[in-house]
Amino acid sequence: MTYSFPEEVLEHVFSFLTSQNDRNAASLVCRTWYEMERWCRKRIFVGNCYAVNPRVLIRRFPEVKAVELKGKPHFADFNLVPEGWGGFVYPWIVEFARVYPWLEEIRLKRMVVTDECLEIVSKAFRNFKVLILSSCEGFSTDGLAAVAANCRNLRVLDLRECEVEELSGHWLSHFPDSFTSLESLNIACLSLEVSFSALERLVSRSPNLKTLRLNRTVPLEKISKLLQRAPQLADFGTGAYSAEIRPDVYSSLQEAFSGCKKLKSLSGFWDVVPAYLPAVFSVCSQLTYLNLSYATTQSPDLIKVISQCHNLQRLVVLDYIEDMGLDTVAVTCKDLRELVVFPSDPFVADANVLLTEEGLVSVSQGCSKLQSVLYFCRQMSNSALISISKNRPNLTCFRLCILEPRAPDYLTFEPLDVGFGSIVENCKELTRLSMSGLLTDRVFEYIGKHAKKLDMLSVAFAGDSDLGLHHVLSGCESLRKLEIRDCPFGDKALLANASKLLTMRSLWMSSCFVSFGACKLLGQKMPGLNVEVIDERENLNLLPENAPVEKVYIYRTVSGQRLDMPDFVRIMGKDKNGVYNLSLCDKGL
Amino acid sequence: MDTTFRLAGGGEEELELGLGLGLSSGAYASSSNAAHSQVVGWPPVKTYRMNSLLNQAKFSKNEEETGVNGNDASKKKKNSKHENKNDEVVAKETGHSGFVKVNMDGLPIGRKVDLNAHDCYETLALALETMFLKACPTFTSIRREKQQRSRLLDGSSEFVLTYEDKEGDWMLVGDVPWRMFLSTVKRLRIMKTSDANGLGASGSTIPGKESEAKKEAFELKDEEKHSTY
Repeated sequence: MTYSFPEEVLEHVFSFLTSQNDRNAASLVCRTWYEMERWCRKRIFVGNCYAVNPRVLIRRFPEVKAVELKGKPHFADFNLVPEGWGGFVYPWIVEFARVYPWLEEIRLKRMVVTDECLEIVSKAFRNFKVLILSSCEGFSTDGLAAVAANCRNLRVLDLRECEVEELSGHWLSHFPDSFTSLESLNIACLSLEVSFSALERLVSRSPNLKTLRLNRTVPLEKISKLLQRAPQLADFGTGAYSAEIRPDVYSSLQEAFSGCKKLKSLSGFWDVVPAYLPAVFSVCSQLTYLNLSYATTQSPDLIKVISQCHNLQRLVVLDYIEDMGLDTVAVTCKDLRELVVFPSDPFVADANVLLTEEGLVSVSQGCSKLQSVLYFCRQMSNSALISISKNRPNLTCFRLCILEPRAPDYLTFEPLDVGFGSIVENCKELTRLSMSGLLTDRVFEYIGKHAKKLDMLSVAFAGDSDLGLHHVLSGCESLRKLEIRDCPFGDKALLANASKLLTMRSLWMSSCFVSFGACKLLGQKMPGLNVEVIDERENLNLLPENAPVEKVYIYRTVSGQRLDMPDFVRIMGKDKNGVYNLSLCDKGL
Repeated sequence: MDTTFRLAGGGEEELELGLGLGLSSGAYASSSNAAHSQVVGWPPVKTYRMNSLLNQAKFSKNEEETGVNGNDASKKKKNSKHENKNDEVVAKETGHSGFVKVNMDGLPIGRKVDLNAHDCYETLALALETMFLKACPTFTSIRREKQQRSRLLDGSSEFVLTYEDKEGDWMLVGDVPWRMFLSTVKRLRIMKTSDANGLGASGSTIPGKESEAKKEAFELKDEEKHSTY
């Protein structure tokens, strides 16, 4: 006896499943559901481009409209991954061009994108709409020109913190006059001037433009013109926020801002001239996102702006805000969900600003909806961390960076184990944690015991022995990403928890005690993992088996060995052909 | 130390693997007491942001000096290492805010070096030696203390350091003033000395004249700049 829904019904039901995890789960129910689901999956997310290869992806999902890929490990952001390591998107683009002519969206993070890739994208996909490149590199303004010239239906061009070889600013002028579909443009990371008149014309003929983030070269005096042409903007990033102080410039700027009734996000603010800040006052109460992290202006000026932002949900600032400014945040921004405080002078040991742990405690007290924190500071105490954890048990992301490595509790000189322990114990929904300061194996014991929902953990200069790593790998049930640098963790914990690594996306360990021998062993015994030793020293073959490797990056994969490795990357323990683990290929990725 | 490692298989047979090895505790070589400015990638602030802050500090300082904007920048603590106005020229010209590519003959993979982190040829060359010629960092810092020239610059190595300027010419590094170099360099190349024969000692393809002409042109431009402020 069989009963089954007609395919159309199943397809309709599946159309309500948007999360990839849900779709993966549904595809495991039975063969019919697997087949049905794979034919109608439109959006793909690949968290590690080497976990799977284009061929496997395309074979399973024939009708894809949107792809998101991530390449380099997170620590690449801090120069820990040598140049040339990998993350090349080219092979993917070539396959997509061949098989998905109707692909509409590409989102890439930490990948190497060449001009050739951009040219292919601009010509192969007739209905291409969204290109978001986050922390990518390898392309030049020529590639951007190709996208501008050829993507007739482009809606989003978003370059977030990319490293672009800037040959000229003319690329923007390649958008044809007939091009009117632009909704979002973010060129904040570019340093060359683009033609202002081309920009102005582009803005004028884009009625759906909601996001416009300019680069530093667009002068403040000209911003009013742009805002007047696009009063419907919801998200605006200024260029350099400085000009000679002239009343006419000020008043047109103020008027232009007050005309933007839908503006909810504001950023940019390089080189701020404080006298011009009040021009934005009229929109402050509308704002849900404010990024002043390039505004090197003092606390009183920042406070004048922030004290009017009653509806703010996300705030990004420099530590110029100081404890005093954070007190204002605590009182004013009752809807705050996310706080980010970057350091203005990270390489100087002595504090240049009055920002301490107290600012963070204050915000944790005043902002009941606070969920996400990234905070750079120079001192911390266990008591402050305990207070924060008790004030805000709803924290989901807590990233604390005390600038000096291994800095103890500044009041008691003890390790900060108890403080961070309190965070993981009280904040039961915590999914992301980054720690710093003086930490022993004890903190890892707390983490292993309490942090059951922890998805990503970043550790530096912490722990005493392998026991620390063992606590985390054996205790954190939800852990998927673990990145460790400069910790005395070695082979034992790694090998004892080898099977755990198959449940995770990746593990990064650099400047630790993991030996060549252990890496080889792990690679040999675990065909479902790529154990990449990243080591730039010469004559590695002459080093003894127990010598520690510089860096090891371990990730689960169904696609076997990479074929694009530079000489300083070795995949350990595999034969030349790599090992293709068929049993993993049908599982949800 | 127990050298038998168990590879835990999650309920299935445990694989006992004896490696017969011991870990020497002296293997951990990183400098635990170094000021954090010397630790790579610490504090964990993205390079993008660091470059932006550096460029801003220089920009503000220059604005302060010339009195163009009314910002009272005197309270701000500047990053005193990088006071070279031409670093901002580097930002505009190279579009990289200081990072330029470096390739070495015989190596397919290039590296990048941050010119903003250096204020003279010596430190740049020594850094490149460490990167490419696998020179021991301690050794090069001792040499730096002793004020010995980098082998890349004094001609004693089989390699020389060259750069491509804005006009596409390849020149020997070291002959023009540092600031001029910064404003004109597009990328670097560590070339075999034997291949660098076309580049004369004065650093141009026409020995003597071209780099002199360029120096003059630069000095003139400098003067012009001063007169407008």
